[in-house]
Amino acid sequence: MLSSSRAALVAAAAKLPRLVTRYGYCTTAAGERQQQKPLSPKITTHPTRNDRAKDPRWKDIDMTRAADEADVVIVGGGPAGLSAACRLAQLNAEKGTEMRIVVLEKASSVGAHIMSGACLDPKGLVELFPDWQERGAPLHTPVTGDKFYMLTEKRAIPLPLLPGMPMHNHGNYIVRLGNVVAWLGEQAESLGVEVYPGVAAAEVLYTEDGSAVKGVATNDVGIAKDGSPKDSFERGMEFHCKQLIIAEGTHGHLAKHLINRYDLRAGREPQTYGIGFKELWELSEDRWRPGYVEHGVGWPLDSGTYGGYFIYHLNEGSPLAAVGFVVGLDYSNPYLSPFHEFQQFKHHPHVAAALTGGKRIGYGARALNEGGVQSLPKLTFPGGCLVGCTAGMINVPKVKGTHNAMKSGSLAAEAVHEAIGSGEIEPATYEEALRNSWVYKELHSVRNIRPSFHLLNGRLGMFGGMAYTGAVWYFTRGREPWTFSHGGTDHEKLLPAKDCKPKDYPKPDNVLSFDLLSSVALTSTNHDHDQPPHLTLYDDSVPGQVNLSVYDGPEQRFCPAGVYEYVELDDGSKRLQINAQNCIHCKTCDIKDPTQNINWVTPQGGEGPAYNGILIMTTELQKSPQVDMKGFLLRYETFKGRSGWKKRWAVLCDFCLYLYKEQTSKECFYALLLPNSRVTQSHDSSGQYRSSI
Amino acid sequence: YIHIINKADMAASKGLKILVGCKRVIDYAVKVRVKPDRSGVVTEGVKHSMNPFDEIAVEEAVRMKEKKLAGEAVAISVGPPQSQETLRTALAMGIDRAIHVEIPLAQLEKLQPIHVSKLLAKVCESEKPDLVILGKQAIDDDCNQTGQMLAALLDWPQATFASKIEPSQDSKQLRVTREVDGGMETIDVSVPAVVTSDLRLNEPRYATLPNIMKAKKKPLAKMSPDQLGVDLQPRQEVISVEDPPVRKAGAKVESVEDLVGKLREKGLVK
Repeated sequence: MLSSSRAALVAAAAKLPRLVTRYGYCTTAAGERQQQKPLSPKITTHPTRNDRAKDPRWKDIDMTRAADEADVVIVGGGPAGLSAACRLAQLNAEKGTEMRIVVLEKASSVGAHIMSGACLDPKGLVELFPDWQERGAPLHTPVTGDKFYMLTEKRAIPLPLLPGMPMHNHGNYIVRLGNVVAWLGEQAESLGVEVYPGVAAAEVLYTEDGSAVKGVATNDVGIAKDGSPKDSFERGMEFHCKQLIIAEGTHGHLAKHLINRYDLRAGREPQTYGIGFKELWELSEDRWRPGYVEHGVGWPLDSGTYGGYFIYHLNEGSPLAAVGFVVGLDYSNPYLSPFHEFQQFKHHPHVAAALTGGKRIGYGARALNEGGVQSLPKLTFPGGCLVGCTAGMINVPKVKGTHNAMKSGSLAAEAVHEAIGSGEIEPATYEEALRNSWVYKELHSVRNIRPSFHLLNGRLGMFGGMAYTGAVWYFTRGREPWTFSHGGTDHEKLLPAKDCKPKDYPKPDNVLSFDLLSSVALTSTNHDHDQPPHLTLYDDSVPGQVNLSVYDGPEQRFCPAGVYEYVELDDGSKRLQINAQNCIHCKTCDIKDPTQNINWVTPQGGEGPAYNGILIMTTELQKSPQVDMKGFLLRYETFKGRSGWKKRWAVLCDFCLYLYKEQTSKECFYALLLPNSRVTQSHDSSGQYRSSI
Repeated sequence: YIHIINKADMAASKGLKILVGCKRVIDYAVKVRVKPDRSGVVTEGVKHSMNPFDEIAVEEAVRMKEKKLAGEAVAISVGPPQSQETLRTALAMGIDRAIHVEIPLAQLEKLQPIHVSKLLAKVCESEKPDLVILGKQAIDDDCNQTGQMLAALLDWPQATFASKIEPSQDSKQLRVTREVDGGMETIDVSVPAVVTSDLRLNEPRYATLPNIMKAKKKPLAKMSPDQLGVDLQPRQEVISVEDPPVRKAGAKVESVEDLVGKLREKGLVK
């Protein structure tokens, strides 16, 4: 059954002028029909596109798979998946039920494929583990300062960040999300969940009649690059489960397959995406401002291209900062290279000021979802559901989605637990629970901000978006009765190359900006070279006939890892070469390919990037002093002749009252020793504490 | 002097007992970074895996078991608590049981092949293996010393850089083909012996999930250097670790005259 985009592709290909028919027959001068050499060399050798049952090389290979039973299988060990796992385990403990919960994660260790800023709103974490601090969750950097800038070519114009604006970050934490996810993985294991890193779920399994999902199968190993079996060939194994939770992150490949099969986007908008880059920098000490958060928009992106940047200064002992850049994938110019826009951005005087003297120590990229509520698919299907970024829950103006992902994981766990208990095939209560939760409220309130970028047909671009946010949204907070549409899929928005101007990017200086290949090396990504490329094409002839000739091969520009290369052959023609080993699993190609010919499938488990978010800092082991009480106190103070009540942050510890100018101040300015005092709860209805001496 | 064990034909016996060494090292694909204080490289949070030559050693031991040349294969690792993961991978590949000699974090950075070979020698005294297979070298230090030192301490024959291991003509010894600078050398060694694996010995199998799950039930014993009575005093001191110098740009010349001219400029040619 062809999807609509495939049908469009076939229709488009049919319109191309051809001297040779699809199957390579041509008429020679003598009028004979003769079979030509294949139109293009075979690129896709992956078993998902080449049926091994018909392949003579596989004749004698035993293809049976071992099968195992679990109650719930969760594909993806990220914030959403692990929250679902932990919540399920907690529910089992509460209700006395027993379930086997299995989490399958394709990275070699939990957290190694996590690439996010990140500025975490602790809401989702607190609900799951109210005692997260005692459990040692690695949230070490509370936000101390918050700024928003608009960059022009030479200047950085600060824009006011009023409380209530989505970019306002007080109360949040700057974290290395890979750390937090690794910690969540430990919590899950201690609760009895089986977590298997290095295992990729490659295939969804269905019941006999094909109506419901019955489990997943892990990837086969030991297939050679040309698709033939190696000596080390081993079949993956099957997990049969009652409920399958898909938590693959933005644009997951199993999610894509399930969304198509169950038509989960019917009546809803397609998802729209951005590509996010992140570099980890070791700043020079004098430019490091721990806890400082900066967001901005503008140069070098032109006003018609959505995007922005962030800089988060971590506070975990060493002067580290995360520098990030997002480019909306609804851009129209096929000559645009998001990677080079990012590299150029670092040369802006305002940004260079922060980074000069520093050293880049990490790089990564990942697609992120920007569709919000308009693009949420139906979240459940017979046999399972979608959680987190796989469904698409990022609050785009806030650039935060982790808290929503964690909450959705928890809600899914509750629905799944109920469904298993009652024997229901579909955990239908999940979608309603999400709609009634703060996740939906939050996403609903900001639903118009991202698409406001397209106001007046995109002519105002970023200005239009910001004007809308400031003028309308700030007052309505999403209560406006209209809902803007995203206006179609990202890949449809790409214009043919002939209608666009090529872009000239400056060469990297290797101090602030860098070239693509050295950046990819920093991700430490690796794949076994002798396996079929996991970036599969539905039709091997399309890159040459459409992508290159009409769009000038945009995949060589939007891939942040240099996977796609058009190499020149001896006869002067160009051929697509897929360097699958470089892939960092960002999924941008699957999203932005104008003909949707690229289908990303999972490579062997344990492969891909090895982002270092996992850091065991010895400073963590310092015990924090025993604090008896903390809160705000009003203190009558005199300053420069004027007296008044001032609100101060107070901490009561070891019979001493310490006063701080602000909650986040590091040093107290006043201390009062209170020997022989006791803290008692006062009986008046205002709920205030009173200590008596 | 050659140490000959009074043993029946290998084919008739229960099979050799093999001890395989595995080391947990930084994964070969990771971009390594020197620590700011130049005392070493950053290892915290970095992806680690089993030394590739040790994977080959483990694979060889498992294949010898499958060929019935060996009866039992035991894996051993000397390292931090995380070395257990490396041992679990070995168990998932087909090893029967594992031994972990745990090194406290403080002594980890100063651990050297001399210490490891002494620890392995002590374990060999109690385990009494017929064959010890080690990787030829670890990819983090590239020392290529542990196998050779171990053989010397035990006074056993050694066959290093093995690319093939098979029973000898009379089945009383092992015929090992070694990769040497001049080509390939085939020698017969009597057991017990130490063999180190080279790249072309075999292609290791993948540790698949069903085997990983089975491996959780296989025994993993812990030991400490004190129990084994080995002192871990470092014999070497690392003075500094630095990045290789940045490669200077070259220059292209158009003709031989240009080349000679440039060489003259640099005073390399008169």
